[in-house]
This record gives sequence, structure tokens and C-alpha cells, in this order.
Amino acid sequence: MTMLKEQLKQQIIEALNLVDVTTFDIQDDDPLFGDSLGLDSIDALELIVLLDKNYGIKLTDPQKGKEIFTSINTLADFVEKNKTK
Amino acid sequence: MPFISNYIQIRNNKVYKNGLLLFENSAVDFGTFAKNLYQQIGIVYPKFYKMDNLCQLAFLAAEIFLQENEEKNVGMIFCNYEGSLDTDLKYQQLIQDPNNFYPSPAVFVYTLPNICIGEISIRHDFKSESLFLLAKKYQTQYILPYTEYLISSKKSEKVLCGWLQMLGTNYAASLYLVESTGKIQHCESNIETIISTDNTNDYA
Amino acid sequence: MQGVAVTGMGIITSIGLSVEENYQSLLQKKSGISEASILKTFHANHIKIGEIKLENAQLAEILGIPEDNNFTRTSLLGTFAALKALRHAGINKINDMRTGLISATSVAGMDITELYFKEYFHNPSIRKYINSHHTGDCTRKIADYLGIRGLVSTISTACSSSANAIMLGALLIKNKILDRVIVGGTDALSKFTINGFNSLMILSDSDNTPFDQNRKGLNLGEGAAYLILESWEQVKATHKKVLAIITGYGNANDAYHQTASSSTGEGAFLAIQKSLEKAQLSPEDIDYVHVHGTATVNNDLSEGKALLRIFSKVPPFSATKSYTGHTLAAAGAIQAVYSILSLQMNVTFPTLNFNTKIKEFDLTPSTDVVNTNITHVLSNAFGFGGNCCSLIFSKC
Repeated sequence: MTMLKEQLKQQIIEALNLVDVTTFDIQDDDPLFGDSLGLDSIDALELIVLLDKNYGIKLTDPQKGKEIFTSINTLADFVEKNKTK
Repeated sequence: MPFISNYIQIRNNKVYKNGLLLFENSAVDFGTFAKNLYQQIGIVYPKFYKMDNLCQLAFLAAEIFLQENEEKNVGMIFCNYEGSLDTDLKYQQLIQDPNNFYPSPAVFVYTLPNICIGEISIRHDFKSESLFLLAKKYQTQYILPYTEYLISSKKSEKVLCGWLQMLGTNYAASLYLVESTGKIQHCESNIETIISTDNTNDYA
Repeated sequence: MQGVAVTGMGIITSIGLSVEENYQSLLQKKSGISEASILKTFHANHIKIGEIKLENAQLAEILGIPEDNNFTRTSLLGTFAALKALRHAGINKINDMRTGLISATSVAGMDITELYFKEYFHNPSIRKYINSHHTGDCTRKIADYLGIRGLVSTISTACSSSANAIMLGALLIKNKILDRVIVGGTDALSKFTINGFNSLMILSDSDNTPFDQNRKGLNLGEGAAYLILESWEQVKATHKKVLAIITGYGNANDAYHQTASSSTGEGAFLAIQKSLEKAQLSPEDIDYVHVHGTATVNNDLSEGKALLRIFSKVPPFSATKSYTGHTLAAAGAIQAVYSILSLQMNVTFPTLNFNTKIKEFDLTPSTDVVNTNITHVLSNAFGFGGNCCSLIFSKC
């Protein structure tokens, strides 16, 4: 799971144009949509595209995204259970 | 009669304020040039990196003007030829191939030319009147009276006007700020001089 | 005289090819929302759209445009509606006075260029469309077809575009820069916009339900509408019939997010407030509101909040996107035509598909045709980039 979490952090930084943010700056249980990363609703939608593109997971309800994207931990958990790629 | 108080020109990897060279950077691609200019201006605004090229260009040019500005009622009238084509092309590439089909919401939101007005408004909390015109050349013949109307009717205390060119490596910005005081007469010839990409420091 | 005179209007939407047809559809609750049949899209099975059931070739034929042309669907729709508006106003000699065109679009030639994007290299016959991509070309096509030699410009401010075109046109007449101006907008459906809105997850797979608690999003639509505005001197000199007067207009920025509206509806509130000030009216003077009402969770909540901030008692309001879908840049002008119809016929139109009020407030849109005296109508158009425009149309 550690590898997956590192991978996810890297992919998030790239997909969301988080310049000046490194994987060290993102703690596994920090809220992704809290103040630290400054993510907004468009970023949430972009993460949905990321799930599809990199892991073959299709999320059709943006509301479900809120729970899944709570932290790297919840995200990695979800990806591990649902990935098709 | 309002005046042009300040003007910014960005062209050929150089930034001029009121005809004086403020910044230059030899980066070939706009993205690198913009990042360097952003760092030079010295603000901390991470949302900058999410913007598309047109928004970054408009945002940076406006930011140079607005660093000492306290006025909230600033109208905006922008004009360009390509619209949001620079980003439209990027977005089209994402939906072109049915086997690699990943439309990006973060790219799509920038496929409209007036989003740059939105970005400047968000940054400076400007809730005033704004317009984005599309034309082959800057439409001085009625942007001028429209600007004067905004000020004389007190709809805006200041108006930020200008021409924004952005397509690939071909970029240029010519913005000028119109308000009740200033050194440069707000007239067609001066506006044409500011907008022209042939020169950077002549005005009447 | 206060305000600017409207002397003609033309329209084409999924609910009609003329002002009369649109009016009858509104009265008969006849929706234009359907499944895609002309536009070929991957999403055909899970979205609904407001599609005009005419192929481009049919539109070109109606307009007498030769087969070998480079009109795109957006230009065809725009030309169709602008021509109707001119005919409605009884204008035969377009350049007998200072006449201009302010047209709005967001899609422009995209509907064609997206099809041929990769083909230009090996198919010279379609290269003629490259120049049609541009928003300005769309406007130029309309201007050239109608023979307009005066001031021509294009506005592209997303979903508020054609409302802004109407506002700019009114200013040009009031400030005596033009004697007559054709104002409005046009947008065709395209895969670009369908995929884009789909990636934002704000498209509904069923008929849109504006101002409903269970609203799921918008249906994209296509269409065009134009008004003819004339100076009072011209109206008097030609004894022209005035359909309505544009008495108020206001534009403001929400300054909140690139595409979402603020929770307090600030931009909307300011635009409405400005339009009332311009018209020298109080909120109580407004008899009817044409809301932007896209049926997205965000817009209807935000717009509702703005209405409650302006009006101590919100007047009857309708969301006609429930009939036509969201026609993007054309929306403001299409609503303008419907607003003028309400004034002329003293009627408020239903909002389709409404069931349950939004739980955050007590606002119920009109759901039936109601005959009632209407003197002032407020019409809203809110675009991405925070651009909010409100117009007020008054009885002559």
C-alpha cells in the first residue's frame, strides 16, 4: 500500500498542477480538501478523471467522491479495492 | 475627461511598464516565461499554476498594475482575436482519440476567453462590469467611448482595458488603466500606440 | 424617452423555428428536450439535449446559401434568426442608417472543426472550414449575409454573452454611436461542449428540472435569437411599432470561482440591482422574472438566494431552459424574446418538470400559463468566469 500511496501523491501533484508541493508535504491522513493543498471542486472532478485514467475506476456520482477523497489513506484503500488496471 | 494612468506591454519575452523595461526572460515557451515573471512579481497565489496560458498572461499583466491599487470598482474591457483557442486546442486533443478519451474538467473550464476576467476578479475581489470582445484588431473606436461612459456614469472608478494575444508561442499583452487622473491623454492615437506590437515606448 | 426601443425579433430553438412557434410551444408546455439524433456523440444514450431537428444542409437551403459554403451550424442558426428579426422589423434597406451587429457565441465553428480536426492534412476539400472556426467569422458570416457594413463585433462571455450583446447594443444606441443595431447570439450543439460539461458532471440524463430539490443538472441546447434595437428618432421617423423597451441592464462579476456561483449569489444580486437602478425601478415594480435557471445544484441555489436578497416578495418566475435546454451564448437573447412575448401577450410561462421546492428556501416557479398584466420583466443570464448580466424589458 505504501507504494500505491506514494504513486497517488505523485499523480495528484502532477494532475492538479501543485507546483512547489512534494510527496513529503502530503501526509497520509491529512484532509486532502482542507486548507493545506487549497483544492477546489474542479480538482475533485479532476481526481475522478485520474481514477478512470490510471486505475480504470469509473465514478459517476461526484458526491461519493467526497468520502473517497478524504485523505490519501481513504483514497488508496478505495483504489486497492476497485482498480481494474 | 479620463486619462491613461499606466500601461503594461508584454511582448518578445519582455515586460514594459509605461514604456520602461521592467523584466525580461529568454524562455522560449510561455509557461516558463510566465512562471519566472510570477516569481519576479513576488506574490504567493498557488491558483496561478492552475490557470491556462491566456489567464496567466492577463493575470500577470493586471497584477503589475494592481499591486498598489486599492480601488475595488474596477471595470474590465478585454479584446482579442483567438478567443481561448490556445486552450481549446489542448482540450480537443483530450477528446480526439476514442481509445484515449479523458476530457479534463480543469482544462475545459478555461475554454472561454472571459475566464481571465474571472480570475482577475477573484484575485482582487472586483465585482464590477466587464466585457470580452473578439475581433481581428483592437476595437478602439468604441472601446474608448464605452470606457469613458463607465467612468462618467460612475459605474466604474477605473477601467482596465487591453488586447491579449495568446496562441502557442505567439503571445503579447497590451493593457492600460483608465481613471480620472493620469499623465497620458485617453485618445485613439495613444491607445493605438500602446496596443501596437511594433513599438513599446512612444506616446503623446 | 427612457430606454431603447425593440422593433423586431427572430428566434430558432428546439421548440420552434419562429417567434410564433416558440410562443405556441411555451403555451402548450411542449418541450424541445430529446435524445440526440443529428449530433453524433458517445453520450447519446445517457444525456438529453435541446436539439433543433434540422440538418445543416436543410438550414443552408432555407437560407438560399449555395451548397459549396463554409457556414458552420452556429453561423447557419445565427443567420436564420437574424434574418427573421430584420424581416419582423420591416427593414429592407439595411444601410440606410448607421446599422451595426453585435453577435455573441461560445461554440462558433467548433461544431464543424471538431469533426475535421485531424483530416485537414489529407483532405483539402474541408480546409475551407479552418477559417470558420473563429467566433468573429461567425459574426462576419451573419453581417455579410445581411449586408451590414457598419460596426460589427463579437462578444464571448460564456452563458451571459448574448445578454451582454443586448446591453452593449442598447448603450451604442443611447450614446448615439449607432441608429440601429442587431443584437443577440447563437450556439450550436457540439461534442466539445457536451464532453466538457459532462466532465464537470453537471449534465442531467433526464429532462432538466429547474429550481427543483431533486435537480440533477442541465440539458445542453442549441439555438439563436436576435433583437433589432432602434433609436427613438428612427422609430418616430418611420412610425415603427415598438415591441418593448429595454429600460434596465446591469453587469457584475461574482468574483468567486471560474465556473461555480457564490453561495450568496453576489454577482447575480449586483447585476439585478444595477439593472433596477438603470431602469429607475424598485424591486416591487417587477412583475415577472425569467431566471437563468439551468437546473444545476449550484446555479439554482445561488440564483434563488440572490432573488430573495433583492425581492421582499419574489414575483412569479419561470425557467424556460426546461423547454429549450441551456443554449449557452444564445440563452440571454432567447430569454429576451420570451420576456418580450410575456409583455406583449400579458402572460407568464410555465416551468416544466417541477415537483418539489428547493429545501433551502420557499421558492416555487410558475408551473402554468397565467394571464396577468405585465409591465416590467427581469431576465437573468449568468456565465462562467463570474460574468452576470441582468436585463429589464418594459411595456411600451
